[in-house]
Amino acid sequence: MKIGVLLKQTPDTETKIKIKPDASGIDEADIKWVINPYDEYAVEEALRLKEAAGGGEVVIVTAGVPRAVESMRQALAMGADRAIRIDTEGVTLDNYLAAVCLARAAAKENFDLIFAGKQAVDDDCVQVAHGVAALLDWPCVWPAEHYELSGDKKVLTVTRPVAGGIKEIIEMTLPGMVCCDKGEHDPRYASLPGIMKAKSKPIAELKAKDLLGGETARVQFSNFSPPPDRKAGNILKGELEEVCAELVKLLREEAKVI
Amino acid sequence: MGNILFIAEHENGKLKGYSRELAGKAHELAGQAGGKAIGCLLGKEVAGLAEQLGAFGIEQAYALEGATLEPFLGDIHARALLALIEKIKPQIILASASTTGKDILPRLAMKLKAGLTTDCVDLKIEAGKLKARRPIFAGKALMDVSFNSDVQLATARPNSFPIREAGAGKKASVEKIPANVGGLRVKVKEVKQAEAGMKDLTEAEIIISGGRALGSSENFKVVRELAEVLGATVGASRAAVDAGYISHDHQVGQTGKTVNPKLYIACGISGAIQHLAGMRTSKVIVAINKDPEAPIFSKADYGIVGDLFQILPILTVKFKELLGK
Repeated sequence: MKIGVLLKQTPDTETKIKIKPDASGIDEADIKWVINPYDEYAVEEALRLKEAAGGGEVVIVTAGVPRAVESMRQALAMGADRAIRIDTEGVTLDNYLAAVCLARAAAKENFDLIFAGKQAVDDDCVQVAHGVAALLDWPCVWPAEHYELSGDKKVLTVTRPVAGGIKEIIEMTLPGMVCCDKGEHDPRYASLPGIMKAKSKPIAELKAKDLLGGETARVQFSNFSPPPDRKAGNILKGELEEVCAELVKLLREEAKVI
Repeated sequence: MGNILFIAEHENGKLKGYSRELAGKAHELAGQAGGKAIGCLLGKEVAGLAEQLGAFGIEQAYALEGATLEPFLGDIHARALLALIEKIKPQIILASASTTGKDILPRLAMKLKAGLTTDCVDLKIEAGKLKARRPIFAGKALMDVSFNSDVQLATARPNSFPIREAGAGKKASVEKIPANVGGLRVKVKEVKQAEAGMKDLTEAEIIISGGRALGSSENFKVVRELAEVLGATVGASRAAVDAGYISHDHQVGQTGKTVNPKLYIACGISGAIQHLAGMRTSKVIVAINKDPEAPIFSKADYGIVGDLFQILPILTVKFKELLGK
């Protein structure tokens, strides 16, 4: 079983986001970079599936600048076998271009299955994994949270949580893509031997420019701003009965939301 | 300038609220762009619903009908839509940023080699092209997105636009297209109702959320009871989900769902930065917390300092009285 994992490095969710003075993007100073949390679930589920399949290979694929190597090493320390970094220095990728280079890198690997996170917590776009699957002409299940491989390793049964507490059980004939939601398994911590081993695991490097072959961005981003500030409002004081009655009244008469 | 195709959704024989919103927005954008807004619905029998888009100023709609279109599967819906897109060649394609819309448009965008921007809170036409504004980092910042591609795709966040009835009582002219897509390497084997049905957080108008202070899954009962009276969806902080009090489907925040209700009541939630990011666009925020210093109070329109286990049952009774339940 040859399993790919699409991994993106994102700011930690505790990070306070600052905007560059010229509003052209995010100020990256002081950001703590981590594996996108949903991609960390993807790594965990890929490792478990390899174990369930009785062997194979888990390959991390990242499009990113050199600092992403740290997050890739972390995934290798968790147990992934090797990694491929598509170097994006000097190229501004929109989601279309990101999907194109990841798909072209993945196509060379002939994966049986690719795990991705259901979205990246930086741009929240929900685009790249679907795009990679579309380019490979693969089925894609988004979001996904539970995975069972058939005995002949040709069909993956996936649970898809949808709106309103409904869960769909989906059968996908491989090769295919699954986009991980937070599932039932927390990502494992890297063990000390795992961390030591990861140092010598191979990270191959490809160039985004070479993979893109003249493809250009479909969208452009501008005018970054912080959200409008919310002012602290009215703290209601008094006996709880009275305060609750006042709140109900305010929500109906002042805020008009009930 | 070409036309705008928008994808409307339905549930239990009714148009979704966010699809009514989107129909109005598509009609408005088409007016600015000098084109037509064309609706489409997918399902077993949807022609009647497609006619109802007339109420929002939509004159023309397509009903893609086929047995394989229900239950929903992104691959199958995308395949059916691609055939329609090929036929009518719209310049702009819109959907809602629902679980359905978010799963379809990325597939279409890649097949059409077109630009896509998702979860937009503002959409307009500028110099003949779509321009969008959308949150990033779950709402910690916003940015504008403009298009280089001729065909432009976007999804709109539910509850972002008013529902505009521009053609009360009118019916759209509907063309039915059989769309029995099959032969794909994916199928729905079973649909389970894992939890009593309530609106998804991302489309809920009212959300009552509980935090770590709830202390156990049984104690979430006080939150659920208030939610039931208000027809609200139950949310939770990451701390409550990590503690195992409630499932991840309910998590609001950067590693959960970004929500946009008209009323958000945060109960026993301190207000970690990643939670605030996910709910700060709520129109009205109410905070209930024992700790007067909790950061949530700095974002709340109304606050009560006190014990949620005393406050929520009182509120439940008062709302019941108000709503005559």
